[in-house]
Order: sequence, then C-alpha cells, then structure tokens
Amino acid sequence: MNSPILKISGLTMDFGGIRALNRLELDVNSGEIVALIGPNGAGKTTFFNCLTGIYLPTAGEILLTPPGSSKSVSLKGLKPNQVTEKGLARTFQNIRLFSQMTVLENVMIGRHCRTKAFILGAIFRNAATRNEEKQIVAKSYEILEKVGLAHQANEFAKNLSYGAQRRLEIARALATEPFLLLLDEPAAGMNPQETLELDRLIREISADGQSILLIEHDMKLVMSLSDRIFVMDYGKKIAHGKPAEIRSNPAVIKAYLGEDVDA
Amino acid sequence: MSVFKQGMRGLFISLWFMFLTFPIMVIKVDPIERIVRWRWENCLYIGVGTFLVYFLLQYLLHRKLQSVESNTEKDNEPRESIIHRIIANPQQRNIMVGILLAVAIIFPYFSSSYQTNVMTTALMYVVLGLGLNIVVGMAGLLDLGYVAFYAVGAYTYALLNHHFQLGFWTVLPIGGGLAAIFGIMLGFPVLRLRGDYLAIVTLGFGEIIRLVLENWGEFSKGPSGISNIARPGFFGMEFSLDSAIIYLYYLMILFVIVTIFIVNRLQDSRLGRAWIALREDEIACQAMGIDKRKTKLVAFSLGAFWAGIIGVVFAAKTTFINPASFTFLESAIILAIVVLGGMGSIVGVIFGALVLILLPEYLRALSEYRMLAFGAILVAMMVFRPQGLISNIRRTYRFDKTQSLNVK
Amino acid sequence: MDYFIELFLGGITRGAIYALIALGYTMVYGIIGLINFAHGEIYMIGAFTSFIVATVLSIYGFPLLAIVLIAGVAAVIWSSAYGYTVEKIAYKPLRHAPRLSPLISAIGMSVFLQNYVLLAQTSDFLPFPELIPEFAFMEPVAHIIGSSDIIILITTAVIMIILTVVIKFTRVGKAMRATAQDRTMAMLVGINVNRIISATFIIGSALAAIGGLLIASHVGQINFYIGFLAGIKAFTAAVLGGIGSIPGAVLGSLVLGLTESFATGYVSSDYEDVFAFSLLVLILIFKPSGLLGKAETKKV
Repeated sequence: MNSPILKISGLTMDFGGIRALNRLELDVNSGEIVALIGPNGAGKTTFFNCLTGIYLPTAGEILLTPPGSSKSVSLKGLKPNQVTEKGLARTFQNIRLFSQMTVLENVMIGRHCRTKAFILGAIFRNAATRNEEKQIVAKSYEILEKVGLAHQANEFAKNLSYGAQRRLEIARALATEPFLLLLDEPAAGMNPQETLELDRLIREISADGQSILLIEHDMKLVMSLSDRIFVMDYGKKIAHGKPAEIRSNPAVIKAYLGEDVDA
Repeated sequence: MSVFKQGMRGLFISLWFMFLTFPIMVIKVDPIERIVRWRWENCLYIGVGTFLVYFLLQYLLHRKLQSVESNTEKDNEPRESIIHRIIANPQQRNIMVGILLAVAIIFPYFSSSYQTNVMTTALMYVVLGLGLNIVVGMAGLLDLGYVAFYAVGAYTYALLNHHFQLGFWTVLPIGGGLAAIFGIMLGFPVLRLRGDYLAIVTLGFGEIIRLVLENWGEFSKGPSGISNIARPGFFGMEFSLDSAIIYLYYLMILFVIVTIFIVNRLQDSRLGRAWIALREDEIACQAMGIDKRKTKLVAFSLGAFWAGIIGVVFAAKTTFINPASFTFLESAIILAIVVLGGMGSIVGVIFGALVLILLPEYLRALSEYRMLAFGAILVAMMVFRPQGLISNIRRTYRFDKTQSLNVK
Repeated sequence: MDYFIELFLGGITRGAIYALIALGYTMVYGIIGLINFAHGEIYMIGAFTSFIVATVLSIYGFPLLAIVLIAGVAAVIWSSAYGYTVEKIAYKPLRHAPRLSPLISAIGMSVFLQNYVLLAQTSDFLPFPELIPEFAFMEPVAHIIGSSDIIILITTAVIMIILTVVIKFTRVGKAMRATAQDRTMAMLVGINVNRIISATFIIGSALAAIGGLLIASHVGQINFYIGFLAGIKAFTAAVLGGIGSIPGAVLGSLVLGLTESFATGYVSSDYEDVFAFSLLVLILIFKPSGLLGKAETKKV
C-alpha cells in the first residue's frame, strides 16, 4: 500500500496557442480513490486524454508502476490501446458505447486485449480458441453481475437507460483488468437514486483492490468517496488534500465562485 | 394533409421533374446531320411517373407510421422477418440450407450452359460481396477501390499463365496472397484517415491500378488485354467447353460455401467483434485496448484476399481480360450488393448478389437500366432502409454455468 | 521558353476550370461536411445542357453571341436545378445519419445521373459547337495561348470576384459562413439552415455549369462520363488547397492544373490522369488538411 502507482510530473499540453494543461502534478497510490475536480474547462478531460494516449502531451512525464512491481513504465507516446494493455482503463464523459452491439458484447470487447485468438483461431476454432471464447463470456458475465446488468446481457447497448449505460461503460473498462480505473464524470446526468447506486458500485470496485481516479462534479459523491482530492483550474493544480482540507481551501472556493463572492 | 393538398403537391413535384428533365429527356440533337428530335412523349412519362412514385412513397410512409404506432401498442415487440425466424431456428435453418444446396447441385442438369454460366457469375459476386462485406459491413471502412484487388488477382493469373504456363490451382493462392499484400501496402498509409477520405483514397488507388494496366503496354498488353488464358483443370484433365462451365460452376459453389463458413466464423470471433466495435466507435475501441491499425489492416487485407481469389477465377472463366473490366463501376456494383443486402449481414449479401446479378440477366428488358437501378438502389437504401433488406442479427449468448440466470 | 510559357498558360487555364468545379466541392463540404460525389455529374449535366441548347440554336440559325448567352444561362439554370434536387432527395434525409451514409448515397446519385444521361442521350462522344471564335487581336500570341484560354481565364476571374463579394458581403454569404461554422448556433439565431444549404448547392452547381460550358467548348467534345474524371480532379484540387476553404480551392486548382500541364508536357502524356490520382492519394495521406486548411482536433 501507499506506493504511488501513477505519478504525473510537469504535464503540459498546448493546443495551438492555448495551454490546456500547465505543469500538472498528480499522483495516485495503490488502492486509493482519488478525485480530480475543477470548474468546467479546467482541463480535466484533456488530462485524461493525455493520460490514455489520445493526445500526445507537449511536455512532462507520466509514470505507471504496477502494484507489487518496482519497475515503472512511461505512458508518454504510447497509443491508447497500449496504455490500456499496461493496466489503465477509462470511461467517457459523453457515453461512447458500441450501440449496435449487445450489452454482453460490449463487455467482451473489453476482454480483447487480454486474449489472443486471431484469424486462424477464428476460422478453425481449435480447442484453445473455444476455451478462450468460453472464458471471455464467463468473465464478461461475471462483471455484468457485479455492476447489476446481467439481466440485460442480450439487450442492445443503445436500449439501456442512461444510468445503466454509465454502469456498462464501467463494466467494459473493468473487463480490461486495469489496476487503475479512470472515470470521467460517471454521475453526470444521473438521478439521486442512480448516483447512490454508483457510489456503492465504486466502493465495491475499490474494495476489490482497484485504484480509482475520477473526475466528477457531484461534490457530495466526491466528498463521500475520495481518499484525496486534486483541484485544477486553468490547467494547473491549485490544491490537493483530504476532502475536509479541500472544503475549506480558499483557493478552491475562489476558483469555483470567482473573485467576488457575489459573482 | 388533405387529399387535395397532397394532390397539388404531387402535381407540383411532377411539374418540377418535367422541367428538370426537359433538356436531356426531350431534346435529342444530331450535331452532324443537324437534326433536332423533340421527344415530347418522354415529358409525359416523366410527369406521370413522378406523380405515381410520389403517391407510392406517401402511401409507404403512411404505412410505416401506422406500423410504428401499432408497434408501440404491442409493447415494442420487434417484428422479425420470416428469414430471421428461419435463421434463428437451427432445425428450420438446416432444412433450408439443405434444400438450397440440393437445388444448387442439380441446377446445371436442368439448365443450359448459358444459364449455368450466368449463375457462376452470380456466385462470383456472392463471394466478392462477402469479401467486401468484411471491409465495409463489419469493419466500417468504405473501400471504393475494391475492384483493384480483383484486378490484381485476374492479372496475376493471366500473366503467370501467359508467361510461365502456371495452372489455375497454383496461381489461386498466389493471386489471393498478392491481392492481400496489395491491401496491406495500401492499408498502411491510408488506414489512419477518416472514413470519407479513406473512401476517396481507395477510389484513387483503384483508378491508378486500372490506368497503369491500360498504359503500361509491355507489362499488361494495355487496353487490348490478355487472351487465351487457360481454364481451370482438374488434376491435369482438360475439359470441353460445356463441362468446363459446369466444373467452374461447382467450383464456385464450393468457394461460396467455404467463404460463408469462414466469414461466419470470423464474425463470431474475437476479431469480428473488434471489427464491429471499430465501426461503432474508434476512440472507445482503442481505449478498450484494441489495436486500431492492426485490426483494420487485417480486415482490409482479408477483403482484398477474396477479391484476388475471385479475380483469378474471373480470368479463368472468361479466358480474356482487359482493364475495361475493372472500372470504378465494378466497385460500385459490389458496393450496391452489400448495401442492398444489408451491411454486415451474410445472408443479406448473398441475397443482394443474387438479386442484383440475376435479375438484369433474366429480365433482358431491364438490363439496359441495370446501372441506373444500381445507383438508385444505393440512394434509396441509404434513405429508406440503411440496414439493408436482411439486416444482421447480433448473436445472443447462453449461460449454462449460472443456472439461475438462463438468459435466452 | 515558348514551350514553357505555353505549358504554364495551359496549366493556368486547366486550373481555372478545375477551380470552378472545386468550389462546389469545397462549399458543400464546408457547410455540411459531405464529399458531394455527384458534383462531377452536375458539371457533366451543365456541359450537356449547354451542348443541347447551343446545337439546337445553331441549327435554327441564331447568332453566335445569342447562342453563347442562352446556352450559358440554360446550363446554369438546369445544373442548379439538378444540384438543388439531388440535395433534397439524396442528402437532406441523411443529415443525422452516420457519416458514410450520405457518401454512399452520393455515389449512388453519381452512378444514377451518369446512366440517366447515357440512356436519355447517347454513350458516344459528341462534338461540341465552337462557341468561342478565334479573335483577330490574339494572332501574334496564338502559338502560345488560344482565344478560348483567354476567355476561360477572364470568365473565371470575374466569377471568383463575384463569389468573393457574395460570400463576404451579402446576407446569404454571411449566413453561409455562419452555418459552416456552427449549424446549430446558426439555427438558433434564426438562419433558415435548410435554405442556406440549398443555396450552397445552387451556387456550387451554377459554377460547375459554367465550368462545363467552358471546358466543353475548349476541348470540343463531351460524353456522359466526363463528370467522373473532372469531379475527381476538382476534388483533388479542393483537398490540395484545404477542403472547406474557398481561396484554398482556387489555389489547389491552379497547382493541380500546372502540375498536370508540366507533367504531361515534360514527362509523358500517357499517365496524365495517374498524376492527378497520385497527387490526390499523396495529399490525403501526408497532409489531409491541405495547403490552406486547418488541421482538425478530435474531440473526445
């Protein structure tokens, strides 16, 4: 415990003349739930995109250390799929499910990077491939049970309710066997009941030993879940600490409410 | 809308189309003889035709709305077509396949060699359609230069046979392999392009191949093409023309069966799922750990492989090839087959190929309007039924281990 | 040196005509993000309409100037009508469909229109009447530049100026630019987006029709298939300049025209079209944003 599995230093991202991330520092320890908050446009999603290889950061370093290992790997310059292979999985702020596939198949896609069968395996369907397929289905089903979607396994993903789609995104990410799960606004658009269920789900995942980094606007959820909170504004880290410390941090209050309190 | 208003609208649209088609449909000039022919009757046909089509569409739209309403009343129960029901039931499916196979096998004994030949062509398009279906239907890569790989296969056989007297069976894997290599070569640089750019680049590539074949006379004999290509043999046996046609027919039946088997297995595999996921959402797909480039490349080269194989068969069947057989229109025909049948749907593509190739052959009067119809089909399918005539059904999984939750 | 100048001027002329067609691609792309594959066919229909009208008028003995004017106006009217109708039938119902659907529909439209003209008219090459006479004052330079080249250059230049004024200063032009930037926002501020899209198709088609008339009288013959090649080349030019950018389309067209002219003049004329296609493939692979276009950042 308590060794950093993710360490970000000096992460900078420029879009043309705009600096979306400015020497960002952040770390996540094994088994922690860390929240990243900040006003809209602070650069939180850009940060996730840099982390997962969708954008190539202008400068800085991203180091990942698998738990129980002393060797760290740099994620900078890796493609998204390589990042996922290294053990980082994410969900998307604007849900990106494979809408023409069934719920179960969506999760099965997550198993892709942990399985091997290829053209010949697919055509000849030898024992190894059959076995692998069976395990993909079994494992995917197990994950669906965990997020409470097993009864809808053969529905089309697009037919799920909003809250269920968000949970399916989490299930799909879990299927890649990450040790660090990145959740981009998992509670956005959820009703209080769904948010409550989400809170429980995240706790369960965390109890399994998974580390979690989440971006979220729902402060109640963030305060209740997080071990530590990082606050960003204008691409910079402006505060960092335990929930209680963040609540009373003047810089955070200023970032959220503006210079004048009446604003 | 009241009937009167609708009638007025229909009338207005008819008048618009009469105006629109006036110069091209009505006037025909002969610039040499300096004669003008006014074909006023065409104006009338267009007017009446448009009016009827307008009301047919209104009627169909009306029915569609009604069926949507009645569907919501019936608790949104999806209405499956007969074909879907047959596919879903293994017993019925096997009977169906058995009947089709029996008909296919006895077909040459009941028909002339001309008809057998036509059927062979249709079967070739079935395989081409299934090959393109991997690329367009499953992986969602709009390949408009598919015919280039077909040309690679055909010229591989023609040239190897011409220069080195290599036989059909020797060249078959070479042709397919070479086409697949071409697919990889083209795929490497272009697969990172966005969908519509990819379409145009593949189109450009297809045209480049054709133009090179046309102009590089020393290599390909230019526009005059290569003739006297050997027909396929059978362990060194040579056939008379009639038996060669029948032999080729059975060969194609075999190819179709093998292709269906392989494509079906690919679709239900880890790779097939990755293709479909890639078609749905590239970014999410990568974030799930799928190597976008590799997955696309495999789809692209597998599609090309089938085109190459059928190219070899084409050269062997016609015994003569020239670049004119490999124009963009050929790619458009294969695309129309995939789109009509239903992108991603194997049964649909087979159906699409048989309808589009056989119908114009048997309705001779229609054959002139073949390409016109193909164009119209592409537009109409996109507008009215993008999923195709026989849409794909997703596989459902059963869980035997968890007894409590036996999902259908 | 004369040969060089001849090739140079020939290239500029070619480029000017490509520009007239390329503008239609780039404007439509800018506004609805669609590669209007049938645009080449609109140009072909423009050429055919002007051919039919001009031949009829010349048979009935009209004076040359009247023939040119009437044929030009007819080509513009009918091409615009076709452009408008094609958009309504094949693209408008697909505004919210996946990106490839309207492209497939456009390909279908292109195949349809080609065969429609083939069936209604003929598959043969038709001799186009000589609408542009050889001017006497051009005599001294006739060996490097023809009269029709001059007419093409002047016409194109005038049209470009008019187009720029329309887009920069008129209500329609401003609405077009607004729609191109953000369709939803344009709708919210009260722009009738459907009408603006129609207007874009009409303007693009009218330009293509003029291009059709000019090139047909320049080359001297037409058939139903000319739209395919011209369309691809103009599209190449639009992409080369940066698709969506109007000055880019003009620049790209000139570059393409010059490349073709010099390549066929100095290298080999057999591979004229291969040069254009290769250029297209190379740009799309190495610089898909073109010379003047902006690179897209993907939004996640």
